[in-house]
Amino acid sequence: MDNLLILFEAPIFSLQLLIDGLLIGAVFALAAYGMALVWGVMKIINFAQGEFVILGGFIVWTFFKLGINPFLGIPLAAAVLFIVGWVLYQIVIVRIVEEDLFISILATFGMAILLQQLMNQIFGADVQTVDPGLDTWFLFDGAVTVLQIKVVSFFIAIILGAILAVFLKKTRLGQAIRATAQDTRAARILGVDTNKVYATTFALNAAICGAAGALVVMTWVIQPFAGLAYTIRSFMIVIVAGIGNVAGVVFAGLGLGAAENFAGFLFGAEFQAAFVFSLLVVILLYRNYKLRLKRRYLK
Amino acid sequence: MTKKQSYLFTLIVIIAAISLVFAGPSWAKVEGDTIIFGAAVSFTGKYSTNGKHTKNGYDLVVKRVNEMGGVKVGDKTYKIDIKYYDDESTPARAGQLADRLIKQDEIKFILGPYGSGPTKGIAPITEKYKIPMVEGNGASRSLFNKGYRYIFAVLSTSEQYLAESINLLAEKFKEDGRDPKSAKVAIAVENDPFSMDIRAGVVDDAKRWGMKVVIDDKLPKELTDMTATLTKVKALRPDALIVSGHSKGAALAVRQTAQMKVDVPMLAITHCEAADVVGKFGGDANYTLCATQWAPTMTYKDEWFGFAGDYAEAFEKEYGYVPPYQAAESSAAVLVYVDALQRAGNFDTEKVRDAIAATNLQTFYGWVKFDETGKNIAKPMVLRQIQKGKYVPVAPRKFAAGEVIFPKPKWKDR
Repeated sequence: MDNLLILFEAPIFSLQLLIDGLLIGAVFALAAYGMALVWGVMKIINFAQGEFVILGGFIVWTFFKLGINPFLGIPLAAAVLFIVGWVLYQIVIVRIVEEDLFISILATFGMAILLQQLMNQIFGADVQTVDPGLDTWFLFDGAVTVLQIKVVSFFIAIILGAILAVFLKKTRLGQAIRATAQDTRAARILGVDTNKVYATTFALNAAICGAAGALVVMTWVIQPFAGLAYTIRSFMIVIVAGIGNVAGVVFAGLGLGAAENFAGFLFGAEFQAAFVFSLLVVILLYRNYKLRLKRRYLK
Repeated sequence: MTKKQSYLFTLIVIIAAISLVFAGPSWAKVEGDTIIFGAAVSFTGKYSTNGKHTKNGYDLVVKRVNEMGGVKVGDKTYKIDIKYYDDESTPARAGQLADRLIKQDEIKFILGPYGSGPTKGIAPITEKYKIPMVEGNGASRSLFNKGYRYIFAVLSTSEQYLAESINLLAEKFKEDGRDPKSAKVAIAVENDPFSMDIRAGVVDDAKRWGMKVVIDDKLPKELTDMTATLTKVKALRPDALIVSGHSKGAALAVRQTAQMKVDVPMLAITHCEAADVVGKFGGDANYTLCATQWAPTMTYKDEWFGFAGDYAEAFEKEYGYVPPYQAAESSAAVLVYVDALQRAGNFDTEKVRDAIAATNLQTFYGWVKFDETGKNIAKPMVLRQIQKGKYVPVAPRKFAAGEVIFPKPKWKDR
């Protein structure tokens, strides 16, 4: 409770927690957006989501070591991950795409392990990071610090999300993806090559994760086995927001980031994740309750 | 001989053979004139970097000892060799492999894996078969409070890792004419056995000095961000921030205190070199205190390598990088075996175990002398401060070459 008192006595720290939470939340939202896309279109829960993020980070790190500006690394990581996603689709996902959800979880979980070990072999088990060369802003006499890279990541994440939303709305391929999501059979009857749509969707998701990973490696640190945290957060955001609810994913992502930071401050870092998952249970119970009300009403 | 007689004779021979195999002292795996040690080390998985250091440390001693003639056991001189398996960074696999080394490969001398987790996987197995294990990379104190008889660790155990920083803080407080009781300590360690031991050591010492622990966060394993903890540090202004979370914790602590410009007079962490904080963060890593088991600048020496610096040189020549302490302590583990085998004079595992237990040896890595639980009680932990990008030993102050800079300059003055 002492920690709560601090927030009352010096509310400025709440601002710090809120800002950091929202900025980190945007990156979560980006990865979650990809997961929602794959889940909605292909009915696959991709448990290798976090590994795609980390792989994106390692790609940027590799290019960075070759002397390429990390911001240029963002599209490069996205491009490489697009190819990786496409290849993985053709090798693995194509065989399970119309199978039961449980099989897809197993298969993508297997992919996650494979990717972890491959990254470990290729890039090594060490913790890596890339310095984007940006500075920190000080507000309120240094009590609040805002990292420029976090702000930049925030806007890049939002812009990428917006581009994606427009792409799905306006382009021919985007429409095909949405049609497939709505009703695969009907889309197929109307001449949509659903296999291509699936491949594109999966590759697109990988590319989004790659971009998110680029932001992660510039802001925090990466390591071949750190992917799970991103998978779980994406999963949770999608569950809270619902599939196919772009605005919901963004808000859930930002909310999750902020909630995590406050929980970490108030209850200690060990309860940061526990608090968030408890929150998930509460949200689901509440939803269930509301749905039940609705059902009763219909009766 | 009648048919019945020959049948009886065969039976007797078989029984005799079986009892010969099972009775009597168990003898070491010796092929020709080579003594073979067994080790399950992480070549893949999350410990693979340190697993590599461990293997390199072992291999360097094997090479050096064989070059210098080998090990004299009794009146014969033997070469040494190591049979490796990959424990995939998992304790359960390490245990299985130890079983396999002992039962299938019939190896009687085990060298430790990397990390407290895998070591914990192996210890019950070596205990079961009464096979000695000398290890240099399992520091968790839970390895030494179970009454194990066959495990020996050359390294300082984990509760000693950062306790020295608290003593240093107290000394500095006294020098400045302040009461150590007024010092505030913030602790953020990963929620794993090793880091929790470190925390226990720090908490004990803080209690001894009457210091107040104002933050006591346990960082989750999937730690990616320390913002919440560091915001608390900014709010509560402790005099020391103690962080331990393997390489990831080290990298995050150094990076995020710099980014968020968290001013804390003392930042003490583990795994500085494993995370390469100087290489990655440059000037931002300055003034950080780093716990280490060993440093090439120490003045310990032995007959195989000479001084610590000579070991470092030999290692770098062989593998192309400066040996981290993980490699040095692995090498020391093999040296302990070599010494014990020479003193035991034969390969009886019980005799060798007793010889190991009676070790009183100076190696390039430091003095080795085990207490009854198998911990090395003769070697202190070292604290080094990063000063201008260099690691300068600053504590314990009687061995320290340099003087600690305390408090850390504020970020706005750097």
